[in-house]
Amino acid sequence: MSVKHALLALLEQQPMYGYQLRAEFEQRTGTTWPLNVGQVYTTLTRLERDGLALAEGEDGEGHVIYRITDAGRGEVATWFTTPVARTQPPRDELAIKLALAVTVPGVDVGTVIQQQRSATMAALQDYTRLKRQAAGSVEPADLAWSLVLDSLVFGAEAEIRWLDHCEARLRRAAAEHGRENWRLDDDASPSEHQFHRPAGETPARGAR
Amino acid sequence: MNNAVLRLTDVTRTHGAAPHEVLALRGVSFAAYPGELVAVMGPSGSGKSTLLTIAGGLDQPSSGEVSVEGVDLARLGQEGRARMRRTSIGYVFQGLNLIPALTATENVALPRELDGVAPRRARAEARRALEEVGILDLADRFPDNMSGGQQQRVAIARAVVGERRLILADEPTGALDTETGEGILQLLRARCDAGAAGVLVTHEARHAAWADRVVFLRDGVVVDETGTDRADVLTEPAAR
Ligand SMILES: Nc1ncnc2c1ncn2[C@@H]1O[C@H](COP(=O)(O)OP(=O)(O)OP(=O)(O)O)[C@@H](O)[C@H]1O
Ligand SMILES: [Mg+2]
Repeated sequence: MSVKHALLALLEQQPMYGYQLRAEFEQRTGTTWPLNVGQVYTTLTRLERDGLALAEGEDGEGHVIYRITDAGRGEVATWFTTPVARTQPPRDELAIKLALAVTVPGVDVGTVIQQQRSATMAALQDYTRLKRQAAGSVEPADLAWSLVLDSLVFGAEAEIRWLDHCEARLRRAAAEHGRENWRLDDDASPSEHQFHRPAGETPARGAR
Repeated sequence: MNNAVLRLTDVTRTHGAAPHEVLALRGVSFAAYPGELVAVMGPSGSGKSTLLTIAGGLDQPSSGEVSVEGVDLARLGQEGRARMRRTSIGYVFQGLNLIPALTATENVALPRELDGVAPRRARAEARRALEEVGILDLADRFPDNMSGGQQQRVAIARAVVGERRLILADEPTGALDTETGEGILQLLRARCDAGAAGVLVTHEARHAAWADRVVFLRDGVVVDETGTDRADVLTEPAAR
């Protein structure tokens, strides 16, 4: 995430000091990507070094106020008009983990998939709850936050669909080739079902 | 915890006879409490509809127990189960099951009238339910003259009309666009927040996410469960 550009974009609205920038950032994005104030000040120092912002003295309480420069405005305009590069899809670790899980012997792929699905589903439930709370507000910052939540919802949803897809394909492959470590279901002994996880009041159960 | 609105204990359901028998459910234990919306997810054929029809008293388990509001459905008998379905249970079928010869209002009012509510009052309740799902303007239309999504909303109105304690919905958002689908979930959620227990079968993760708990079915077995646990629901009613 480009902290630099986010802060510059905020400075374009009005001059601000570090804590204020952090608060404005989090008002729009929730605490999804928490910024610590040290990170904010380090970034401001770099912006000043690069001529994109200027420290223009203190307010009455000793806060250093920063203002955007013309070069900074140009930088913001470029940022908004340039697509974000998709060099590092955030799902990579999961994709890599599954790619290894299906090829490394002895890994219970079904459990890997189900545990991820559960975790992602729980996150999706959280986003949905937050969205319900944010619904109805007409404040621009709340709308911004709710759009961020939508992005998280779409991301989690896509991940779950992909996991469902992986499971279906692996099941089909297991049925066709009888590959042991692709097997997601143990027909011979359902009581030792591979998904079995002792959890909550509805534990996994085999027949009888 | 005994105050579950719905409780399934070690339920199995076998279709057909050996050697071609299908084990649709293999020892499912499941409960839904007042104020709770539970989502059930799983691949096609994993037993979701079977679970729901058994919970709604429309089908009987091969073994195990099903109780609604503490009453064992097996002990109720045919007549008692039918009454339970009319008064306590709202059901949205995967196929909509609307009666073609009745208007939207009449379809929705039917379970109330069957249960002895005066026709005028039943119709007034039906119109209110249709208003909640956003199709009051179609109150006098017949199902054949409505779109799939509109029929779906009639089916949902029929399931929530009256003071149902248990709402069972099998893919209720199937034929709806995202926006309308969310509206239906809002409605289900509101009914549960008001004290009903709901079970929602869906293959859409974003819809399941409206639930307090998500239960995963595979091959007739509950394999996993997620979501706010009961303690959290009780101490933080409005969530985070
Ligand atoms: N009347 C029946 N006779 C024989 N088998 C049946 C019958 N009803 C259901 N089944 C079988 O039981 C299993 C579970 O079916 P069920 O309808 O509960 O699945 P589902 O999870 O609702 O699937 P879908 O997502 O496709 O609606 C399936 O294998 C199905 O073929
Ligand atoms: Mg079904």
